[in-house]
Amino acid sequence: MREPVHRAPLLEVDGISVRFGAVQALEGVSLTIGRGEIAAIIGPNGAGKTTLLNVISGFYHPSEGHIRFDGKDRTHLKPFEVAALGIARTFQNVALFKGMSVLDNIMTGRLLKMRGSFLLEGLYWGPAKRQELEHRAFVERIIDFLEIQAIRKTSAGRLPYGLQKRVELARALAAEPTFLLLDEPMAGMNLEEKEDMCRFILGVNDEFGTTIALIEHDMSVVMDISEHVIALDYGRKIADGTPDEVRANSAVIDAYLGVAHA
Amino acid sequence: MTHATAAAATGGGRPPASAAETLDPSLDTFPKLVVENARRFGGKVAVREKNLGIWQAYTWSQYLADARVIALGLASLGFARGDKTAIVGDNRPALYWTMLATQALGGVAVPLYQDSIEREMQFIVDHAEARFAVVEDQEQVDKLLHVRAQCPRLEYIIYDDPRGLRHYRNDCLLSLTELKARGEAFDRQHPGHVERELAAGRADDVAIFCYTSGTTGQPKGTMLTHRNLILTARNAAALEGLRPDDEVMAYLPVAWVGDHLFSYAQSVVVGFAINCPESQATVLQDLREIGPTYFFAPPRIWENLLTSVLIRVEDAWAPKRAMVRSLLEVARRIEQARLAHRTPRLRDRLLAPLGGLLVCGPLRDNLGMRRIRVAYTAGEAIGPELLEFYRSLGVNVKQVYGMTESSALIAIQRDGDVKRDTVGTPLPGVEIRIAESGEVLFRGPGMFRGYYKNDAATGQTIENGWVHTGDAGVLDRDGHLKIIDRARDVGRLSGGTLFAPKYLENKLKFSPFIKEAVCVGDGRPFVVALLNIDLAAVGNWAERRNLAYTSYTDLAQKPEVYELVREAVGRVNAGLAEDGELAGAQIRKFLLLHKELDADDQEITRTRKVRRGFIAQKYAALIEGLYSGVAHVNVEAQVTYEDGRVGTVRADVRIADMVVAGA
Repeated sequence: MREPVHRAPLLEVDGISVRFGAVQALEGVSLTIGRGEIAAIIGPNGAGKTTLLNVISGFYHPSEGHIRFDGKDRTHLKPFEVAALGIARTFQNVALFKGMSVLDNIMTGRLLKMRGSFLLEGLYWGPAKRQELEHRAFVERIIDFLEIQAIRKTSAGRLPYGLQKRVELARALAAEPTFLLLDEPMAGMNLEEKEDMCRFILGVNDEFGTTIALIEHDMSVVMDISEHVIALDYGRKIADGTPDEVRANSAVIDAYLGVAHA
Repeated sequence: MTHATAAAATGGGRPPASAAETLDPSLDTFPKLVVENARRFGGKVAVREKNLGIWQAYTWSQYLADARVIALGLASLGFARGDKTAIVGDNRPALYWTMLATQALGGVAVPLYQDSIEREMQFIVDHAEARFAVVEDQEQVDKLLHVRAQCPRLEYIIYDDPRGLRHYRNDCLLSLTELKARGEAFDRQHPGHVERELAAGRADDVAIFCYTSGTTGQPKGTMLTHRNLILTARNAAALEGLRPDDEVMAYLPVAWVGDHLFSYAQSVVVGFAINCPESQATVLQDLREIGPTYFFAPPRIWENLLTSVLIRVEDAWAPKRAMVRSLLEVARRIEQARLAHRTPRLRDRLLAPLGGLLVCGPLRDNLGMRRIRVAYTAGEAIGPELLEFYRSLGVNVKQVYGMTESSALIAIQRDGDVKRDTVGTPLPGVEIRIAESGEVLFRGPGMFRGYYKNDAATGQTIENGWVHTGDAGVLDRDGHLKIIDRARDVGRLSGGTLFAPKYLENKLKFSPFIKEAVCVGDGRPFVVALLNIDLAAVGNWAERRNLAYTSYTDLAQKPEVYELVREAVGRVNAGLAEDGELAGAQIRKFLLLHKELDADDQEITRTRKVRRGFIAQKYAALIEGLYSGVAHVNVEAQVTYEDGRVGTVRADVRIADMVVAGA
């Protein structure tokens, strides 16, 4: 477990509500994620975790409430505008370009950083060539960091699930995010793959200072790598604090073990 | 030995036969040779390393310059003549430079296996009295920091890759960059320091401690001198006509004497380039990109490559599969005829060019072996079928025989004089004698100085100037050495039949489905085998048959897999039946182990030699089961994770009976 330290806020979510027809997916959720921390969002199925992530990344817009990122109001941005702010994410179900090589997949993560004219890029000439080389060098550092050199040229669709997850993380990192959202980065992995992934998540946080919010079901993983845990249930926040505090919280225990409500 | 005769010690120049044991005193250590290389062909590539997807090249001048700065850095920390540097990590240029730096200061390099668990590392670092450790990355730093309390002499841990180490606060920790900066400052205060130390080096200084993995007991530190290694490297290079433009892959553990001889000693002596792969997982791709001209691999790698080829053949379209199989068979018959000095059949001779064009050539290219002039299989005995397969493809694979105590080489198969079942004739300057007991003895320029701080073991191994290899062997009519087995492993069945386990195991392992085999039979009525399936090959086979499995243990215990392996064992038995003397050593029963034999569990050594005594003890229940006639045995086995934690695997292991093949 990691020591909690006081951190300046990076993301402030204030009283967010989201409604899909008759379903209240999120109801008045407020939370703060500090700069440089690893925060875990936990909760039973349907608690609203992915919805919360989607609101932060601009997929959904909240019907109520505000989101402040880096001190500025960011409630109503579109996903590409959010990405331009330095927020990157991975998906619960892997969303890679299956027919493309791992290298090309990760290169797509650099798209936002690429400038230059369509014509020069087509000719691979002058500044376009220099730029391509710089991006490739950056991507190679990520490949080295995540230890996926051996599959650089393999098409993403042919990879086992655990590796696809890692490639997805690589693509998110290629955007040089300041804030990384990981939706169940360890789902469906075996113990060894989970340990590798933990090592990489801690490494990203340590090496690049990236703030990370992740959704995870494996409690031992959550307790091991995060310093801040937020628990949701039925769209409401039921606990927020250090792993120890949240683990001891009776509402969390009830939500996970289930209690008889008369 | 005379020291006066000057002979061409570097390059491809062939010294006269009598020069096999003489060294030019101005070129009698590795650092002096590298200085000479930098002078002779300073701009030529010495080392390549694939980094960030690109092959980075370093010339001999850079090799020398980097090693020099590292040496100065070590000197600034108080490195004195005779000090030892522990070196741990994958094949990285910086680690080879560190070896040279250590030797330039009159010190001893002590390479360790990078996958050693903490306990093994602690033993060697402590036993070698290493004051310095230069390691690749965080993984190795963590291991050393854990055992540091038990290694009181270890003062500094220097690391190459800083990733993950930024927040480590420890007085003994230093990055290689910091070390080099200290070295540059030290150079300004003490100009000429390295040059003086380098010139003081002598041929009979110990260059390296190679800790032998040892199939029994604690590792022993084999002391090899500059003379041992330079002469062995030079004599073998002259024999094979190695040239400065040769290319080698440096991918086997740095701690293995084979890698040390090929990637360090011979590279420095001849001046050829070594190529460090990007990671262990990319070796096969990198091999293809480099296309080495000189290549060495232990039988395990040759086996793995063969398996990967056969899996892909099985996946092919049926007519294509039939074509590949029949043309490989043609190539095999031609190679057999060539080895027996016969003329192949006319039909085969006519089909051979087609086979070369359609199968052998593309396959060779695909394996990255198109440019190979000389390839060795070393480290362990290879099955004759395996050797024949590669030779039939047109890859000049030859067996060599040697051990750590001989600076890696004792005998080599000469070009044009390769026999399937021998390891060739002695290296120039080496003499071989067979003792009364049948044990192979040798003496020659590569003979080790002794075991560090272990005179008892040295005395047992060197007797009257001859080194006991511990292998049982014979010299045939043509002076070829034939190794039968480890001398102490050769036994007899209770009926009197000769029992040579390694021989049987190699035959078993030729099957792509069998990864590891342990045969038991000494003093027993018949032979039984404990087998490991090859997960990749059997997994692929199961997939094609829609056979679902959850784990290695589950797959190994499938009745279908037992039938598959039974066929392979049956072929071995049929082969043995044709061999008069060994017909009685056929395998009567076998079982498929529920876990892979692993060096972390001490079941095999780091160089993948089976540790029989340990296995006999650990799997005693299984072996008793094989001899008692039961149909299955319940077992529990301990597994050790790389961080030293221990877990338990339980399984119900089935036993299969074999029908003995008639003669």
